[in-house]
Amino acid sequence: MGYVAIKGGAQAIEGTKDVFEFLRTSQNDSHALPLDVGTIENQLRLLHSRVISEGGVYHPTLASLAIKQSQGDTLEAAFALRAYRSTQPRLVETPVLDSKNMRVTRRISSAFKDIPGGQMLGATTDYHLRLLRMELLNESPENFRKVTEILFENSSIDDIPDTFPKVLDALRAEGLLPEVNETTDNKKPFDITREPLVFPVDRSAALATMTRAEQGSLLAIAYSNMRGYGDVHPTIAELRVGYLPVLLPHPITGELTEVGEVEVTECEVVAMYEGDNDNEATFTLGYGACFGNNEVKAISMAILDRALQKGMNEEPANPSEDPEFVLLHIDGIDSMGFCTHYKMPHYVTFQSDMDRLRTTQKKQSKKESQL
Amino acid sequence: MSLSYPFGFLDEYAKKEIRRTTLKAVAIPGYQVPYSSREMPMGRGFGTGGLQLTLSVIGKGETLKVIDQGTDDSVNAVSLRSFIEMTCEGVNTTTKTEESDLIQSRHRIPEKPLREDQILILQVPYPDPLIVVEASEEKRKTLHGEADYSRLLVKLYEDIVKFDEITISHRYPTRINNHYVIDPSPIPRWDVPKLNQSPALILLGAGREKKIYAVPPYTKAEPLAFEDVPFRVEDFNDVNGMRRCCQRCNCNNSFLDEFIDSKTGHKVYQCSDADWCEENTINNNETLEIANG
Amino acid sequence: MDKVLEVNNLSKVYGQGCAACFELTGPEHDTNICPKCGSVVAAHNVSFDLYKGEILGIMGESGSGKSTAVKCLYFDQKPTSGRASFFNDEKQYDLFNMNAAHQRHLMNHKFGMVYQNPHLGLNFDISAGGNIAERLLMSEVDHYGEIRKRATDLLKRTEVLAERMDELPKNFSGGMQQRVQIAKALAINPPLLFLDEVTTGLDLSVQAAILDLILEIQQENQTAMIVVTHDLGVIRLLAGRTLVMKYGRIIENGLTDQILEDPQHAYTQRLVASAL
Repeated sequence: MGYVAIKGGAQAIEGTKDVFEFLRTSQNDSHALPLDVGTIENQLRLLHSRVISEGGVYHPTLASLAIKQSQGDTLEAAFALRAYRSTQPRLVETPVLDSKNMRVTRRISSAFKDIPGGQMLGATTDYHLRLLRMELLNESPENFRKVTEILFENSSIDDIPDTFPKVLDALRAEGLLPEVNETTDNKKPFDITREPLVFPVDRSAALATMTRAEQGSLLAIAYSNMRGYGDVHPTIAELRVGYLPVLLPHPITGELTEVGEVEVTECEVVAMYEGDNDNEATFTLGYGACFGNNEVKAISMAILDRALQKGMNEEPANPSEDPEFVLLHIDGIDSMGFCTHYKMPHYVTFQSDMDRLRTTQKKQSKKESQL
Repeated sequence: MSLSYPFGFLDEYAKKEIRRTTLKAVAIPGYQVPYSSREMPMGRGFGTGGLQLTLSVIGKGETLKVIDQGTDDSVNAVSLRSFIEMTCEGVNTTTKTEESDLIQSRHRIPEKPLREDQILILQVPYPDPLIVVEASEEKRKTLHGEADYSRLLVKLYEDIVKFDEITISHRYPTRINNHYVIDPSPIPRWDVPKLNQSPALILLGAGREKKIYAVPPYTKAEPLAFEDVPFRVEDFNDVNGMRRCCQRCNCNNSFLDEFIDSKTGHKVYQCSDADWCEENTINNNETLEIANG
Repeated sequence: MDKVLEVNNLSKVYGQGCAACFELTGPEHDTNICPKCGSVVAAHNVSFDLYKGEILGIMGESGSGKSTAVKCLYFDQKPTSGRASFFNDEKQYDLFNMNAAHQRHLMNHKFGMVYQNPHLGLNFDISAGGNIAERLLMSEVDHYGEIRKRATDLLKRTEVLAERMDELPKNFSGGMQQRVQIAKALAINPPLLFLDEVTTGLDLSVQAAILDLILEIQQENQTAMIVVTHDLGVIRLLAGRTLVMKYGRIIENGLTDQILEDPQHAYTQRLVASAL
């Protein structure tokens, strides 16, 4: 008799690849075309944003590829980007970017009716009726192309301002916000890709962890705070989506030079003030920012940032204020990997479990028979 | 656009960091050294910690064995091995414990005693044995620092009160060099004594939890127990108290897998360590041939 | 007589503190909050000695600093300044200049603490016996049978039914929880025991029984104890010597009988008068 094990493992694994690939290509339609990476980046814009943000590498083409090969699974796609990242050395670091210089495509404030520079709704589904648009079922290429042609017919792109003043600056000028602390705020940020989180961690480590977090996990914990397992009670001072110029030192002159831009969503929430005898009472802040257009994520992050600051200063009163609880459970790559690993064989440990149970049962039945 | 990967997949800075972490782990036996832990192209929980260790310490010309549940042919072992073959040019792989310089394993330590010139790398899902009694990592760090394992021992005490037996089956907490208690990874209790005074260096890597720790060669490793309730390995005796044997190689001193034979419907027992079983079978046949002249 | 503990000028300030903190607080200022910087001076210049077999009472209202002093000595809190020496087996330990591991070793092997709130002294997730076992395991007793026997004896000694030793403390009455806490504190037979408001909130009859138990233990084991309380009755019954504290300062100290018969400080006089 041969060794009974998961024999032929290698072959079986190859087989799974083939079947997985078969399903990707088996659309029962003679006109079916392979998905173009550009199509993914544009027509599945928000899916793409999510993967770039969770993958933590701003590489639009590879993000599209990751979505394509993972057949739309965001966790898997972000995972492939992260693994790619592990192979890349870090050659140079950008200075901290000032988000004032963002080329804004959308910005709103729910704190004030009117804000310096005005509200700019931009592209959003917030006020749309979520009705299925049946006409898109059979969209003609002509109609599809026409949309972009007519949008700017009656307005000039030049009329739209590129940058806007920040709402927070106005609040700060009025003394409603704490002053910027030059010593702590200009500290070199914690690099979660090069250093492990050893608790207690500082705020910058928490922000870096959240910016790569899985959106659903972040939302779930932030929602627990919103519902009552916490008391941030946030007001969105400003939510903006746009492009931030990336600056790198010029290889020869060393002068900072713009090398491109990254799409970013940024959210700043203002929360109730803290009672403190030593300092003047001010509102407190929560900050969220991530790659791509991910508004739910940026808002969730800002709320959790505020909750975690509280938990870092005093004892956490609920899970959303506990840095270990939040930061160790929001990474999609970690959590999905561990969840998936339960599908692997656990024969040895289960054998060991059975041994304990049987021994215990034996002892118990012996005891009973003695009674 | 195509991609080519560096030797060992990880960039050189990452490998250097892991090697430094490993040196620290060897210097402080049993202490969980945090490291940044890169994402690997396989799932967290599939041995990314062990894999990062392997990729960081392996070099050209060395021979590697990868096992999962004791077998080289288990799906996960296969995919890890082929990944290492793909990204480490000049590395040889083997299924023989004896021939390997480096063994990466999940859930088992080979039955064949390891040698001084070998390194065993164990994949670790939960590095911290204290997690069952203390959820906060910050607090656990203090407990480890002060070697305060009383709460863990109370758990054993309560087990005996309730069940007359310590119910920990695998991941048995083990004290290294009289101080740090480690989670020896989900090896069965059967394998725990192999950690004690092992001639081979044993490295343990947790990728998701971002920790590396070590049992250096010839270091004391004692499973937690009471003076009068000793640590016990798995019992493979039948109802009559006879030690069960592997139905294939007849070995009666190895960790056995039990399963139902899909053809006969009977329960059968077989060595969990495939290489061990294979070697015994070959030896048996040779002895048989010699006996038969 | 054998000295067990010597405390010199123990001070504890909550908050950033300033140069004026000590000058502007205390009984003569009627506050323990520094008017300059807002810090709380919980204890200042607390000094006393404690001898083997002696029970020292520390009396005062809440906010007087009586619990703070004990918490510093049991390493629950770090003092701002001061010294404390513990004497045992001809060795002297400088309590505030030891590292955390040494402090824990001392707590595990030489000190006992009974809190007002049993949640602080007991682990409610493990059985009463398990709680005592934990204490024994901390001091390196690793024989299961021995642990069981000692836990049974201790629970019997503190009048907890031995049959209930495998139950969780949350099923016990408040008085019973206090007994388990005392049994746990006594498990290692500590030469020094701290008791922080141990009878507060219990029925009078339960209080009396627990106080009796404490006295018996003192007589049997010659344990040195510090009893922190706001209750004159407890002081009268237990303490041979007493310190009276107010706003972080010791305002009176001496033999308990003397203090109760002939209080010197106006505050103590009021306290004694109101209780009579």
